[in-house]
Amino acid sequence: MVGRSGWLKLVIWATLGVIALGPILLLSIWSITYSWFWPDLLPDSFSLRAWRYAFSSVARLDVALLTSLGIGAIVAAISVLIGWPAARVIALADFPGKRLLLFLLLLPVLAPPLASTMGMHAVFLRYEVADTVAGVIMAHLVPCVPYAVLLLSGSFSRLETGLEDQARTLGANVYQVWRYVTLPQLMPGLTVAAAFAFLISWSQYLPTLIIGGGSVQTLPLSLVAFQRSGDDPIAAVLSLIFLAPAVIVLLLASAGGPADAPRCRR
Amino acid sequence: MYSRKVRFLGYRFFRNIKGWDNIWYESTRCVNDRGKGGVVVSRKVRFGLIFSLLPVMVVIIGLFAGGVLMAIGQSLGYFSPTGESGPTLRHYLAIAVDREFRNSLRVTLLFGGLATFLAAAGGMLLALVLRRLAMRQRLVGLLIQIPLAVPHLSTAIVLIYLLSPSGLAARVLHWVGVIGVPDDFPLLINDQAGIGIVLAYLLKELPFVTIMILTLLSRIGEDLEEVARTLGATAWQRFRYVTLPMIAPAALSSSLLVFAFIIGAFETPYLLGRPYPAMVSVVAQRRYMDPDLTMRPGAIAMAVLLSVLTTGLVWLYLKLAQRWSGIERPLFF
Repeated sequence: MVGRSGWLKLVIWATLGVIALGPILLLSIWSITYSWFWPDLLPDSFSLRAWRYAFSSVARLDVALLTSLGIGAIVAAISVLIGWPAARVIALADFPGKRLLLFLLLLPVLAPPLASTMGMHAVFLRYEVADTVAGVIMAHLVPCVPYAVLLLSGSFSRLETGLEDQARTLGANVYQVWRYVTLPQLMPGLTVAAAFAFLISWSQYLPTLIIGGGSVQTLPLSLVAFQRSGDDPIAAVLSLIFLAPAVIVLLLASAGGPADAPRCRR
Repeated sequence: MYSRKVRFLGYRFFRNIKGWDNIWYESTRCVNDRGKGGVVVSRKVRFGLIFSLLPVMVVIIGLFAGGVLMAIGQSLGYFSPTGESGPTLRHYLAIAVDREFRNSLRVTLLFGGLATFLAAAGGMLLALVLRRLAMRQRLVGLLIQIPLAVPHLSTAIVLIYLLSPSGLAARVLHWVGVIGVPDDFPLLINDQAGIGIVLAYLLKELPFVTIMILTLLSRIGEDLEEVARTLGATAWQRFRYVTLPMIAPAALSSSLLVFAFIIGAFETPYLLGRPYPAMVSVVAQRRYMDPDLTMRPGAIAMAVLLSVLTTGLVWLYLKLAQRWSGIERPLFF
C-alpha cells in the first residue's frame, strides 16, 4: 500500500515537473543548438550563435527588445499612475454606475482586442498616430489600465483607512498621509499591478501588428518572423527571452509572497 | 503652505473650494460613510470622484469603447476608405453567405468548445487529485502556475518543436522503432482537426481551471466532506453530492472565461492552425491587412461579431460570479 501511494506521488510530481519545466528545457536545448538532424534525439553540435544573434543589431533584434521593454515600462507607469486614484474610489466609495464601470473595466481584459484595435486604427490613421510607438502605447493601454485598476482596487479594499484618519488628526498633511501611511500599505499591490501591466503590454501581438503596421517592431513580432523563416535556434532564444519576465515575476511573487500576489494565496 | 503654492500657480479658482487639497482623501471618506443611504454628497466630493475616475475613463471610453464604436460604424459602412456611406448591412450579409467565414466560425466554436470542455474536465480532475498535496506543498501551486505564465506564442513554438513531423515526439517514436520517416508521424501541427490548437490551449487553460478550483477547495476546507463521511457516505457519494456541487460553479464560470478567450485569441491559431479553414480571428486579421482595402469592412464586421459574442459571455460570467461568489479576478491567460 505504501509502495503504491509512493509510486502515485512520484508519477504526479514527474508529470507536474515535465509540464511545467519541459517546455523551458526544450527551448533551452534548441537555443544552443547548432545542428540537429533527423532522427537524432539530441543535437549534433552546439553553439551560442543564436544567443549572440538575439542581442546584436543584425536583424534589428536589439531594437525590437528595447522597444518592447520601453513600451512596457511606459505603459506600466501610465497604468499605475492613472489607475491609482480610480482604484481608490472604486474600492472605497459607492457611486451611481459603479457596476457598469466594473463591467467596462473587465471587458478590455477579457474580450479580444480585435474590434477595438481596428476601430482605433481608423482614427489613428487620420491623426497620423498609426505606425508610431505612441499609437502602440495607446493600444496597449486598453487592456493594461483596467488590469492595473482591478489589481490596485483589490489592494485598496484591504487598506486600513482608519490609520489615514489618525494621521490626519495628528496633523499630517495630505502628502504626508499619502507618503507615510497609504503608500507603505499599498506598496506590494502597486508592485504587482505595475509588473502585470508590464507583462500584458510585453505579450501583446495583434494590437502591435495592426497599429504598428510593421514600423514598430517588438519582440513578439520578431519571434513570429523568425519562426516563420524557419530559424529554429533564434526562435527558441526569442521565446525564452519572451517568457522570462512572466516566469521571473511568478517566482518573485511566490518567493517574496506579498499578501496580494494574484492567485498564489492559500 | 498650500495657499502660497496656489497663489504662485495662480489657481485662484481652487481657493474658493475650502480645503481643496483634501479632495482626493475626502471623496472616498465621505461617500463611504454617508453617501450610501442616498444622502446628498457635497459638490467637493463629487468633484473628487469625477477627477479620480477621469483618466481611466478616458482610456476605457475614449480608446476602448470609442474603438469598438468606430469599428461598428465601419462595419456598417461609415468612414469607409472606398468612399461608400452607411448605414448598410451589406458587409454583414456578405460574410453571412461567405463560405470561408462560415467554415471558420464553425471551427472556432468547435475547437474552442472542445478545448474548453477538456480543460474544464481535466482541470477539475487534476485539482481533486492534487488537493491534499497542494495544501502541504507550496511547490505544487508554483509548478502549475508556470505554464500559465508562459505566453501563448512561446507555448505554440514549444508544441511545434515537440509535435511537428520532425519534432521531438517523432524522433522518440523513430528511436523506439514505431515510425521510419517523418512522414509516418501523424499531422498534429497545422492539421485539419485542430489538434495542435486544442493541445496548446489545454496546456494553458487546464492549469488555469485547476488553480481556480484549488483556490476554492482550499477556501472551503474539508469539513463538509468529513461530515458526509461520518454519516456513512461512500467516496462516490461524497464527490457527487458534496464536493461536485461546491466546485461546479467555479468550473462553469472559469469555462466561460476560457471559451470567451479562446474564440477571440489570435496567436495560437495563427501559428498552429491551417490557412483554411482558419479561426475567425485569423481570417479577420488576414482580410484586414489585405492590400485590397475593400476587404476591410468585412473583416471589421467579423471582429465586431466576435466582440458581441465575447461580451455576452463576459456578461454571463459576471452574472454567475455575482450569484455564486464575489467577482473573481482572472489572471492573464
